[in-house]
Amino acid sequence: MSDVQRIREGCQNVPDEGGHFGPYGGRFVAETLMAPLEELTEAYHHFLQDEAFVAELDADLADFVGRPSPLYYARSWSEQLAGARIYFKREDLNHTGAHKINNTVGQALLAKRMGKKRVIAETGAGQHGVATATVAARFGMKCVVYMGAEDIQRQAINVYRMRLLGAEVVPVESGSRTLKDALNEAMRDWVTNIDDTFYIIGTAAGPHPYPAMVRDFQAVIGREARAQILRQAGRLPDALIACVGGGSNAIGLFHPFIDDGDVRMFGVEAAGDGLETGRHAAPLATGRPGVLHGNRTYLMSDDNGQIIETHSVSAGLDYPGVGPEHSWLKDIGRVEYVAIDNQQALAAFHAVTRCEGIMPALESSHALAYCAQLAATMTQEEIIVVNLSGRGDKDIHTVAAIDGWQL
Amino acid sequence: MSRLRKRFENLCARRRKALIPFVTAGDPEPSVTVPLMHAMVAAGADILEIGVPFSDPMAEGPVIQRACERALVHGTSLRDVVAMIAAFRVQDTETPVVLMGYLNPIEIMGYADFAHAAAAAGIDGVITVDLPPEDADDYICALRKEDIDTIFLAAPTTSDARLAKLARHARGFVYYVSLKGVTGAASLAPTEVGERVGEIKAQVDLPVVVGFGIRDAATAAHLSSIADGVVVGSRLVQIVAENEAHVENIAIQIGVQLKAMREAMDRLQTADAG
Repeated sequence: MSDVQRIREGCQNVPDEGGHFGPYGGRFVAETLMAPLEELTEAYHHFLQDEAFVAELDADLADFVGRPSPLYYARSWSEQLAGARIYFKREDLNHTGAHKINNTVGQALLAKRMGKKRVIAETGAGQHGVATATVAARFGMKCVVYMGAEDIQRQAINVYRMRLLGAEVVPVESGSRTLKDALNEAMRDWVTNIDDTFYIIGTAAGPHPYPAMVRDFQAVIGREARAQILRQAGRLPDALIACVGGGSNAIGLFHPFIDDGDVRMFGVEAAGDGLETGRHAAPLATGRPGVLHGNRTYLMSDDNGQIIETHSVSAGLDYPGVGPEHSWLKDIGRVEYVAIDNQQALAAFHAVTRCEGIMPALESSHALAYCAQLAATMTQEEIIVVNLSGRGDKDIHTVAAIDGWQL
Repeated sequence: MSRLRKRFENLCARRRKALIPFVTAGDPEPSVTVPLMHAMVAAGADILEIGVPFSDPMAEGPVIQRACERALVHGTSLRDVVAMIAAFRVQDTETPVVLMGYLNPIEIMGYADFAHAAAAAGIDGVITVDLPPEDADDYICALRKEDIDTIFLAAPTTSDARLAKLARHARGFVYYVSLKGVTGAASLAPTEVGERVGEIKAQVDLPVVVGFGIRDAATAAHLSSIADGVVVGSRLVQIVAENEAHVENIAIQIGVQLKAMREAMDRLQTADAG
């Protein structure tokens, strides 16, 4: 069965026609956006049945992104931890260095089919912005990326990468000047330019169909990992682990294993300075259901319903909401959600870099830190697959600053 | 009969169109809002639309975004806004008041608690920008129970099929968003607006008011000739912003602006009648 046939099957399950995962998801947007969202949903379902579209997507994932990404047995680190056998799903080896490109390739192909000449995106750390600017350059589309003014200061290299690729990077000065505000501003652009513009959302959140569509484009991660572990280890893993900001890399890994009841799944949120400090980005651990950015989901909001600013050493996890399917998977108990603080993530970053010669992104380092904890409770016959969602080169300035190293 | 319905019937009888000013509650500080509401009524407002500050106002242009930020510096909450309307009602029991905001503050307060408090305070209708009817069943139920009008938006992109859905759920009036864009944008096309308002009125048996992009008396007058009323928001909020350091000027200057709009609208109606 081809990847895309499986995507088709996935579409028939959750969410429902209105984009609901249980009580979560939906379409909470201004009236003007309802028509373009309906148009997008229709196009998405249509083109997934279109053989030419499917062939083009498969070819791009292979030749432009570099898929399949390897599943790597981290022997040294496994032996050091003296617990479970640990495998890394190497999304860091994708073109542009993270899982984000799986989704931007898919959405850009859809934009092209829909005749949209201009794409827009929001970005926090800049990874999704770079992945969007990359596909826009390839397809000759005009590209505008919204980025919080604070994040532009923190991520100068990615800003320059986007500009080299021909994208216009617009600083967002409103609100907390970070990712959530960039998303607001991208929505404002979209509502103003719906006739010619396609909004490429970077995570499995937002109004329907985005959470399902982004999941389906990212589910290639889990499909590959499932086939690879069966080939390499002869059986399914005992546990899957992935970091969760909006949650696109996690849902991409988890989704193809959802029906494998014996496979435990762990989503790792950012505990920032510690959950007890309130300075974190862990809505599933500490938040409550609410409505933001087009969907109902767990959110970090205060008693008056205002959105709280988040904190994490990892810019990619620094978001007050989470994809609605994760909220649902939490409530039904299919996925366990845990939190890892900045120091634990940094320790894992250093350990894996030194032990395996692989420098993980700080986002992925949250998943690795929890992996180290979990592995220690398991036997050497047991297997963990961790999503190494991105490479850490983008984070060396952050790590150096924390370590007191002058670059 | 609801205050909104009574007001529109009364306006109709007087061949007058509704002038609906919008300001954000608590902007630039909480003490300004209630006196400003009275001043707007004195200057000719028929219905008041009061914005509930939200940290992430996705449909607003920069002017109203800033207003939310100024109001949130003082922590103006949904409960505070409800209390302001209750304070307004001590002197004015006639003028309909409509809240406009985003869903999360209502969601966190709880639909039933909010509806109950809003009814007790004398709030007549609620516009929740990021809540289309598809996801609004529980909300509609809670507000209906307290006789609060659920006002929905219609947009240039709204299909006929969706208009029929709006017609089933809308109460009070329909708010027609005159352009593709955010509040305060400046590319409104009056001819198209007129056609769309006609289409909406053919399907929905409610008054239709037009908002987004109305910046001056001439535009207000022109649009009031094709709709049942006009909402003026960003232009007034801009006056608030300009007088942040001199809050005593806010009510006076907004009054001047509203009077000019009122006169232009009434002049056109009288001329049409003649």
